[in-house]
Parts: sequence; C-alpha cells; structure tokens
Amino acid sequence: MIKMKDVHKKYKNGVSALNGIDIHIEQGEFVYIVGPSGAGKSTFIKLIYREEKASQGSVVINGINLSKLKEKKVPFLRRDVGVIFQDFKLLNKLTVYENVAYALEVIEESPKHIRKRVMEVLDLVGLKHKARFLPDELSGGEQQRVAIARAIVNNPIIVIADEPTGNLDPDTSWEIMNTFEEINSRGTTIIMATHSRELVNTLKKRVIAIEGGVIVRDEDRGEYGYEA
Amino acid sequence: MMKTEVNTAMKLRTMRRHVGEGTKNVYRNGWMSVASIGAVTMTLALVGVFIAIVLNLNEIAKTIEKDVEIKVLIDLLATEEEIEELREEIDELPTVDSIRFASNDEELLSLAESMGEQGEAWLLYQQDNPLNHAFIVQTIEPTDTEPTADQIEEFDFVDKVNFGKDVVENMFKFNKFARNVGLVVIIGLVLTAIFLISNTIKLTIMARSKEIGIMKLVGATNGFIRWPFFVEGMLLGILGSVIPISMILFGYSYLENLLRDQIHFRVIELLPFNPFAWQLSLVILAIGTFIGVWGSVMSVRKFLKV
Repeated sequence: MIKMKDVHKKYKNGVSALNGIDIHIEQGEFVYIVGPSGAGKSTFIKLIYREEKASQGSVVINGINLSKLKEKKVPFLRRDVGVIFQDFKLLNKLTVYENVAYALEVIEESPKHIRKRVMEVLDLVGLKHKARFLPDELSGGEQQRVAIARAIVNNPIIVIADEPTGNLDPDTSWEIMNTFEEINSRGTTIIMATHSRELVNTLKKRVIAIEGGVIVRDEDRGEYGYEA
Repeated sequence: MMKTEVNTAMKLRTMRRHVGEGTKNVYRNGWMSVASIGAVTMTLALVGVFIAIVLNLNEIAKTIEKDVEIKVLIDLLATEEEIEELREEIDELPTVDSIRFASNDEELLSLAESMGEQGEAWLLYQQDNPLNHAFIVQTIEPTDTEPTADQIEEFDFVDKVNFGKDVVENMFKFNKFARNVGLVVIIGLVLTAIFLISNTIKLTIMARSKEIGIMKLVGATNGFIRWPFFVEGMLLGILGSVIPISMILFGYSYLENLLRDQIHFRVIELLPFNPFAWQLSLVILAIGTFIGVWGSVMSVRKFLKV
C-alpha cells in the first residue's frame, strides 16, 4: 500500500527533513505519526500525496512509484488520497455542499451521482442539515467534518490527516476521532499526524515516532511516549 | 515548464460547469470584479476615444491630400490644336490620374465666386478675360504632385504651373508625422491597458492562490482549474467594454449630428457612424475580451506551477 525505502528529503534551503525512512503500511491500517515539532512529520505526510518529492529513495503508493510520477498525473494520485489539515482548507465562498461536491466535479461525475453521494457523506459526518451553510457559519469541529467529508467523498484508499484536531477542543476532537474510526472500519487506510497524547493513548493504534528525520519507534497499539 | 494538458474529450456537462462556475466567480468576488471591470472600462474608453480621433484625423488628412491638384496655366497664344497636344502629353504621364480642361471663363467665375460679394467686380472682366485657359491635373498618389508638376512645366505651351508647393509639402510632412505618432500612442495605450488590467486581475487571483491550492489538493487537473478563470476573465473583459462601447456609440452619433448642423464645420467630415462606430465597438470588445482572458490565464498559470 505505502512503501518507503531509504527516503531522504533535503529542502532547497538546505534543511534535511528526512534522513532515511523505511516504512511499510498495509491497506486498512490506522497509523499515528508522532514526534516533536520539526521532526519531519509533515514532510513525511507531504511525500504521500506528492506535495513534496523525495530527494532520494523511493515512495510507492498503491503500486505507483511517486518519484517517476509525471507532474500531469499528480491530480490522479490525489483522487486516491484524501487529505485533511489542521486549518481545514475549505473554499470559503462555497457552501458546505459545494465544498464536498467539488472533489467529485473534478472527476467529472454525473450531477445525479454527485448529489446522492455528497448527501450520503454529509450524513456520515453528521452535517446533512447544514449543507447550505458557508464554512464561516460553522464551528471549528463542523468545519473539520466538512473537510473530512470532502476527503472521503470519492472513496479514496488512503486518508491523511495532518493534526486534524490541533485546533479543536477535546470533546470535538473525540467526535472527529469517531468519524475516523468509522471510515477506517470501512477499509480506508488512515494516517494521522498528531500531538495529542490523550488521543494516542486512549484509542490505541500503530504508532510511528519520527525524530530528526528518522523513525525512532514503530509499535502496534503503541503509546504517545512524549512528555506533553 | 509543465505542459498544458488539453483535454479534447471534455464532456459537454463539464464545459457547462466551467461556464457556470466562471460566471458565479464574477459576483462571488464582488469588489475585486468591480475593480477589474473598472480598470478595463477606463483603459478601453481611453483607447477607444483615441482610436476614433486618430482615424478621423487620418481621414481628414486623406481628404485634403486628395484635393491637391496641379493647375497648368496654358500659354495665352496656344492654338486649340496645341492645347489638345499638351493635354495628350500630360495625360500620358504615368503618375497622372485625371485631367480636366477649365476655360478662362470658368476660371473667372470660380475666382469671382471665391471672393464673395467683392468678387462681383471681377465679373466686369468677362468681356475681355485676362486669365489663361488651364488644365486641372490630379495625380494618382498625392505625393507625386511635385515631380509631376515639375515635368509638366517642361512641356511646350505651358505658361505656369501652380500647386501650392509649400503648403503641400508641409502638409505631407505633418500627415506622416501625425500618423506615426498616432500609431505609437495607440500601441502604447493598448500595451498599458494590457499591463494595467492583467495586474488588476492578477491581484484578484493572487487573493485566490489558496483557493487554487485547495483545488489541486482534491485532484483537480490544471485544465479543470484554468477553465473557470478563462470564462471569468472573458466576462470581466466583456463587461468592461460595455461602458466604453456605449460611450462611443452615443458620443459619436451626437458629435456627428452636431457637426452636420454646423455649416462652418462642413469642411470637417467625420467617418460615417455606420460602419465606423460599429467597427470601433467590435475592436474594443475584441481588445477587452482578449485582455481579460489573457490577464487571467497568465495569472493562473503562475499558481499552477508547483
């Protein structure tokens, strides 16, 4: 599913973010990526949806070698990888419905299918009744659920979340985690970078710890392992 | 540089979506759209007015040039056969377009007429006309006037050749100058317009770089992102040309009527409203559309390179 072999990433400004990552993540896994700020978590995640390219080594997603992936084909990779961010990244001028529908319009689905599927997903994240609202009219937790709906609407095989609960209060964070669990139970791989000790230690999953650009720990049902 | 992907098999439905989305974006962006349309309006109005002035000046200059004629005064002693001989000689010159005989009686009449009331005194000479018979010669190219006149002067039975040497020379010089300056100014204005408008549009798109980033994130191809911007730019350009075009149509017909009613200005004849004003409107619409599309497509391109 996701295979990285001796992956290095050096940015143009000279910063070495990753220094030899080897990892294998199977279809349907739920993985936490933990580590201090600046450890390379975000770079690791960006490699998966090809926001960044590895300077060395190979990244293979679903059988596609990303270092050989042509620029033109990147959009097609993104359709298999749903991405969720701390700051939601919603289109503020579009309604909740339109934001989610956009991901399907891009792949030229029929309007009929789009309508049906968007309402289905909004129902899943519990926002069916707010379909006509603008993002600014929603709470942070609700906005994040819109982002999740958008990420999963075209049935991606992987969902990546970079600190999805970073801006949310604990109760709302748990709601989001429940949604992730639900998505994961349907067979979607979930990779989530987080700083939340509570989430990691309560909802036990595989934990990969990155420090100084290398993997320092990789355990099933692991602990957060850092002081808050 | 990334290659542009042209998806010829784009679904009609998708095209409709792009048009709808581009149209919606115009009002979704509110004041930014107003700013772009304003910039297009201002510059196109300027370009339009200037084109109208330059082309009309050019037309006036052409009319005046056309009226330039050589008056060949025929020797008072020349016989009718000799006059006929001279006519054939002049007519054979390759630069000559037309030749017309004006008897001394006609000459006297037109002289008297041109002097108005005081001119009537000239009519006293009718019995004993002191004027020469003349040929009125026009060249094909107005600029050939002088060399042709020089050639004619060498012929027999020619008393004198007149063509307003200084006036004609200066006029040609001025016309040439005015045309070149006009062309340069128009090109300059159009370039300024393109620069100004694409900058304004660039600003409105810059504000939306985040938006474009999000679109890429959910797997939109560059073409998919570009199309609505293309439509939006086109609409901004078209909307921006509405005011300049109506201004030109109304202003021009008003000016035309005004000049038509004023006897004193009969000399100045504007290019006829139909088709000139329509053609100019079309040109402005074309420039506006082009600038709008170009400005937005160029600006989006910057954000599509990742």
